[in-house]
Amino acid sequence: MKTIKRIYLGLILLFLYIPIAVLIIQSFNAGESRAKWEGFSFIWYGKLFEDPNIMNALWITVSIAVLAALFSTILGTLAAIGIHAMRKRPQALMLTLNNIPMTMPDIVTGISLMLLFIFTKVERGYVTMLLAHITFDVPYVILSVMPKLQQMNKNSYEAALDLGATPMYALFHVILPEVMPGVITGAMLAFTLSLDDFTISYFTTSPLVQNLSTLIYSQARKGIKPTMNALSALMFVVLLVLLLLVNKRTDKQEQ
Amino acid sequence: MTDFHVPVWGYWMMGLGFAAFVALLISYIHKNRGFRRPIFASPYVLWIIVFTVIPCLLVAYFSFTDPQGNFTFDNFKNFWDSNFNARKAMDPELIRQYEDMGLTLNDLGLSRDSINIDTLVFSLWMAFLCTVICLLLGYPAAHIMADREFKLGPTLVILFIVPMWMNFLLRTIAMMSLLEDNGLINSVLEMIGVGRQKLLNNLAAVQLGMVYNFLPFMVFPIYNVLNKMDYKLSEAAMDLGCDKWQTFYKVTLPLSVPGVVSGITMVFMPAVTTFYISRLLGGGKVQLFGDLIEAKFLSTSLNEWNVGSALSLIMMILILASLGLLRKVDPEGEGGGIV
Repeated sequence: MKTIKRIYLGLILLFLYIPIAVLIIQSFNAGESRAKWEGFSFIWYGKLFEDPNIMNALWITVSIAVLAALFSTILGTLAAIGIHAMRKRPQALMLTLNNIPMTMPDIVTGISLMLLFIFTKVERGYVTMLLAHITFDVPYVILSVMPKLQQMNKNSYEAALDLGATPMYALFHVILPEVMPGVITGAMLAFTLSLDDFTISYFTTSPLVQNLSTLIYSQARKGIKPTMNALSALMFVVLLVLLLLVNKRTDKQEQ
Repeated sequence: MTDFHVPVWGYWMMGLGFAAFVALLISYIHKNRGFRRPIFASPYVLWIIVFTVIPCLLVAYFSFTDPQGNFTFDNFKNFWDSNFNARKAMDPELIRQYEDMGLTLNDLGLSRDSINIDTLVFSLWMAFLCTVICLLLGYPAAHIMADREFKLGPTLVILFIVPMWMNFLLRTIAMMSLLEDNGLINSVLEMIGVGRQKLLNNLAAVQLGMVYNFLPFMVFPIYNVLNKMDYKLSEAAMDLGCDKWQTFYKVTLPLSVPGVVSGITMVFMPAVTTFYISRLLGGGKVQLFGDLIEAKFLSTSLNEWNVGSALSLIMMILILASLGLLRKVDPEGEGGGIV
């Protein structure tokens, strides 16, 4: 019985990991064939950097992730501080609204933002994608900062004001240092989610401005080329490492 | 380096307006000592109104209007009868002429047709199948790992958590490259003499992709609940004369319901709304509700957007209903803990 159980678990894990493992191994295959191993090589990775479309998409992806993380961290940290100090009812309302982008399926969030841009006659492209990314990032920043605020001494902000600090001074010298670990986790999470996103980007950008995910999607519809394998493998590893780091931080903070 | 689409200048005005608002706020905070902390949240309140509340209202607005902006229920009628708008747009005089020529609405391709509702039902069916398969595969796995005697359990469960953080699109592409005509599976099949098979672009491939993507979301919540369960309860049941199976379905199973419900919701919801899994593994031959909505919005005809909005609204209501159900069964979110 024990062996059967172990075999069963092993099979399920194989099912979960084989496709990814095969994809990564194939990306190092020197030949174009998916079946025959023609030696280890970085040739497809080299080709990635020669493809102007991919480099363009890489630039868009990374710059949007950095900007979205920056803006959403500022917006989210301030919002968390504000929401934390709210009275019960407005606080509950804000937390519910904050939950909307997280609970809605991505396709609905993407489409609703797309309708906003169509309705306001804004041409979809780089800026609309950035705005969409900030929108879905902020709730996660708030969720990272909120627990730190709850751990904080409630009166230290008021004490600082009583001792003559301006609210801005108190914000930067009393609240922020205390919640900094949460802010950093939030920023990392925002950056990763922005790199990770496909669906919302897909609906809020035009085919002319593509990030890596939408590029991979449009290429994959025509069949998978070895360079796409290499790109997927690369993205895959980067995203996984980032998320592992973020989750490790979150776990540590919870303890 | 890039061809950024510089948006209309009014757009920049909006950004400037927002920046000005923040600047005003900061100067206000600086001067005013009696300032209350909730005001720190005001930029985000503004943001949430513009980018979350208004877009949601717009979905509702578009689904109850026609392209000219008049109030109508036609988009929902289109949900039952997908040619409703097309028939309505046609000149009745023209239809009469066609009918005089002996042509029916059928011949014109305008018959009563229920693609939209059929797709939703089909989508629900695929998601249901996916959920059942995940439950059947995932429950035993979670149960084995939560067993106190199985020392490797807590380590192995990490291997189930990691795929939850992996990008769905990339995982789907990995599955696609495995199943392709000249992919690894087909090469193996050829080597052992079975010959190449068409593995991609069918229902089974889509279902496989869905199970592959969402299985960890079933295992983790169930494991969580089983792991937190007081093992003394099942020991007590054994002491009181239950055998292994009775203990399972009288004690363990009922106590694991919150985990099962979270697992079901977490698999079912993304499975209903997915569009790229069916697109990539079904090759356009398998249409799910998500694909349908995507197609409506990629269409250039304005009318289709209104119908698409109505379909999105239906999807939103569906999701909210299942979330409400989840809250009721598992109010503490015990099975949760997802990023």
